[in-house]
This record gives sequence, structure tokens and C-alpha cells, in this order.
Amino acid sequence: MILEKVKENFLDDVYETYEFRGDLVAVVNKEIIRGVMKFLKTDPGLDFNILVDLSAVDYLGQDRHPRFDVVYHLYSLAKNHRLRVKTPVDEKDLEVDSITSIWPIANWFEREVWDMFGIKFKGHPNLKRILMYEPFKGHPLRKDYLYNKRQPLVGPKN
Amino acid sequence: MLLNMGPSHPAMHGIIRLILELDGERIINSDVEIGYLHRAFEKSSELAGYLQVIPYTDRLNYVSPLINNMGYSMAVEKLFGIKPTERCEYIRVIMSELSRVCDHLTCIGASAMELGAFTAFLYMIKAREFIYQGIEMVTGARLTISYIRPGGVKGDLPSEFEPHMRKAIKDTRDVLKECGKLLTRNRIFVDRLKDIGVISAEDALAYGITGPFLRSTGVDYDVRKNCPYSVYDQFDFEIPIGTTGDNYDRYLCRMEEMEQSLRIVEQAFAKIPPGNVMVDTEGQEIPAAMMVDLAKMGETEGLIQLEVDLDPTLGGTTKRYHDGVEANEKEIVLPAKEDTYGNIEGLMQHFKLVMLGHGIIPPKGEVYQAVEGGNGELGFFVVSDGTGRPYRVRVRPPCFTIMAALPLMINGGFLADIIPTFGSVNMIGGELDR
Repeated sequence: MILEKVKENFLDDVYETYEFRGDLVAVVNKEIIRGVMKFLKTDPGLDFNILVDLSAVDYLGQDRHPRFDVVYHLYSLAKNHRLRVKTPVDEKDLEVDSITSIWPIANWFEREVWDMFGIKFKGHPNLKRILMYEPFKGHPLRKDYLYNKRQPLVGPKN
Repeated sequence: MLLNMGPSHPAMHGIIRLILELDGERIINSDVEIGYLHRAFEKSSELAGYLQVIPYTDRLNYVSPLINNMGYSMAVEKLFGIKPTERCEYIRVIMSELSRVCDHLTCIGASAMELGAFTAFLYMIKAREFIYQGIEMVTGARLTISYIRPGGVKGDLPSEFEPHMRKAIKDTRDVLKECGKLLTRNRIFVDRLKDIGVISAEDALAYGITGPFLRSTGVDYDVRKNCPYSVYDQFDFEIPIGTTGDNYDRYLCRMEEMEQSLRIVEQAFAKIPPGNVMVDTEGQEIPAAMMVDLAKMGETEGLIQLEVDLDPTLGGTTKRYHDGVEANEKEIVLPAKEDTYGNIEGLMQHFKLVMLGHGIIPPKGEVYQAVEGGNGELGFFVVSDGTGRPYRVRVRPPCFTIMAALPLMINGGFLADIIPTFGSVNMIGGELDR
């Protein structure tokens, strides 16, 4: 029912919807992601008021274009249903609209996605690294960042 | 004035940096800087097999490690689409609730100590000791337990666990009553906690806060009741809800939650189905090494029926208990020790699960599984690409969202009010930074 509602409101921008092991998933176009989130939050039948999680997956080497997927997990307290929304993000165009205006917690989640994957968020008030230190080079959770890669030494500022 | 409540501070639970802009003693603005305990959990789990990630999950929320184990194991089981046995579910619930009690005891004890109530801290640590002794009896360790695994648990409960735990529950209740008498209506404690660190329900929901924090603001959300997993729907327990969303309500929520968790453990002990006695022996036990020697010499008749006497660290994993606590899935669950040492099929099953390059291989797909951690909804998002290593393991940390909302709670207050507020946040560095 949720997936049908999303499909009929956003038509071609919803690339696919499926269910796996009880989880409902919708894959949407990243251009309309802010509209989708606003709809999911405000529609009285869906009423997704909690943004549970926002993260990303890197599909390098899996023979899948576009390379990244930004994953949003939503939960509705009143209706007690969950939804996962994924948006494919291409390597050449690493920008997604920020949803900080809809849920303030997206501020920190998006900072973490920027830190770990290098995906920028348009309209984010404070997009800087959150888990890594500022002079860190690279984006660690990408598949082409080696686990034992060394970083340039950061000395004291004198 | 810009003040740095730096990464190492005696009242910061773990390592976190608060940058405060002060006007006298009032905080005008603040910022939170995290990441000092980042140990690359998510990256390391991409290099390890599904079973090798379990010790990594222990170290996430290190005061309640069994709940992290449970979340991850349930996520992997959801990927496979299997369910563990009923006895195993009851054991998991017992261990999770004991872990939750340890978490709350540490939180309240430590935050009471920072306000000067040293006695309450020591009493709560004493209560926590009783529970740790019980956990050590079952899992072999106090903190890095790696007990709950996909498909089941490591081994069954030993026979001395239940009497010890009944006594420990009674002692813990006495300690809670005593600490309640010391703290709950204590003038100084109440003055320092009441109406401090207030957050409204709308703000808490907008920030994705869950757990005792959200419940203290009046919102009734507990993953165990709203989206029941495992066998939580079989138990009769209540969820304490606060009213004002200040530190005092959070303290009361946690104290009451501990009592409810102890109730769940007692009900679980009463309801737990007995384990399957798979092998019918006359009480004959032989040491494992002798069984291997006999098998090598070719004297194997009767060996299949015998019960093996193992090292205490492997207690509860023998054939007598195996069917009761492990799911009947050959590709996921380690075989009983008699089979591993006694026949070639068991050896092959064990080999295929633990050697490098082999391991459990779930189907391709992705799942999200949420469990109720000590701080809120602990979620595991596991993406599998059909090989023996997880493609992506994402942990949704409950205290990450609470820390993002911390400036809301301390701005406009006094410097000294950060201490009780931060104590009630129960920030665990391992979970926040992973």
C-alpha cells in the first residue's frame, strides 16, 4: 500500500519498488528526493515522522552503475510501518539535496556520509567531517580506499 | 569566552569534545565534536567473514555487548530467512535483558558519582558485579562475549546459572531499592536534575531520538513493544513513560526499566522450554582427546552415543544441548563438538564454516533489523553480495542522534548543568564513533 502510494505520486521518478524479507524498498530519482521525503513525512496516510538512518553504499566492482546508493530508513510511529528509500548517485555527479530542513538529524547523518563516501549534500549548513579529523585525505568507506592505507602525518601547528 | 571541554575530561563518559561559548557561567552556544574513538568497524567488517564480525560487534556498545551481538545475528538470520529454536530465543532474551540492566546501572551509577554521590556508584557497581558473574558463567567473559551468533547461541546455559541469577536478581533489587532511597528524593540530586536538560517530544522525534531519552518526553516508543522481535511478545512488562523530558525523568525511566528487565528475566526462567536431550546416555563421559584417539585407532563403535567431556570454555556446546539452542541449518551453525571430533561429516561442516575463504554465505540482498539497545533503537543494515563477506554493515547508533541534539539541551543553561545532562545521555564512545 505504501509502495503503491509512492508510485502513483511520483510516477516515472520511482525506478523500482520491491520487498525483501519483509522490508519495503523504493528506489527513486535523486532529483526529487526532497519532494519524496516531504511527501512521506506529511501525507496523513503514510506519516513517516522519524528518520531512522541515512547512509550510503558503494557498489564499485559490482558491475552496477551508478556507483553509489544513498539509503534512507524511515519509520512511522503512529502507523508502525517502515520504509527504505534508495537513490542512486553517479560518480560524476556526487550531489544530493540535503533534507536537513525536514529532519534536523539529517545534519549529522549527511556529514557522516560526506566524511565516509564523499557525497556532497546541497543546502547543508555545515558540511564538514564528523568522524575523521579535518586534514584527513580521502573518503574511507569507499571500496577503492585500502584498509591499510597510510595518511600523511599531521604535526602540531606551531 | 570560548571553553574547550576537551577529549579527556573526568566527567565525560568516554572521549568527546564540547566547544562552549560562555558568558560568565551561562552557555550561549555549543558544538559537539566526536570521532575520537572511531575504529573503522564498518570498514573492518567488509574484510571479515560474517562470523568474524561478531567480536567486532561486541565492542560497539561495550556496556551491553549482548544486545549488539543479538542485533547483528538477527540481521544475518533475516537475510537467510531462518529462525533459531525457541529455547535459544528465550536464552537470548535473558542475556539481552541482563545486559540492559548492566547498561542502566553503569549509566546511573556514573552520573550519580559525577554529582558527588559516590556511595550510589559503588552500590550499583556491586550489583553489576553479580550480573557479570552470571554472564561469565554462561559465555566465559564479562565484556567481549561473542555469545549470540547467527543461527543460535554459542552454548546452552549451565546448570548453576539459574540459581545464581535468582539470587543475583534478588540482590540487584535490594541494591536498586537502596539506591532509590539514597537518590530519588534526595534534595541535592533532585535540585540538580529536575528541569535541567529539557527536550520536547517534537524535538526528540525530529532528531530521531529513541530509547529512554524519548520515553522520558512522553512518547511511547519501544522497539520491543512496537515491532516485537524474538519472543518479546510472550512477556508481560511495561514501558515507563516520563512527562517533562528533563534529566530527572530520564533517571526515573532508567530505574523503572531495570525493574521491568528483571521481571522479564524471571518470566523467561519460568517459561523457557527445556532443551532437547539428543543423546541418551547413561552418564558416561569421556575426555575429547581420548575420543579422538579411539577414533584414530578404529575403535568407533559406541562413540556416536557417548557424551564428551570438554574444556569448560566449550560447555553447553555438546550434542545433548546442541539441538535445543542452534537452528537446524548446516550451512550456518557449527556442529556439536562430538560430531566435529568424532565423524568426518561434522569435521567438514565445521571446516566449511570457520576456515579462511569459506564461511556462511547468505543470499544476495539487504536487510535492516532493529533491536532495543540500552540507549534506543540499535539498527543493523547488512548488504550482502552473495559472497562469504558482508558487502556493507551499517550500524545505526542510538546515541549519535542524542549527541546531535545535545546543544539544544545545554544552550542557555549553566556550565555545571552539562554534567547531569551529559550523564543522562549515556554516551558510549564505542557506539557513537564505531
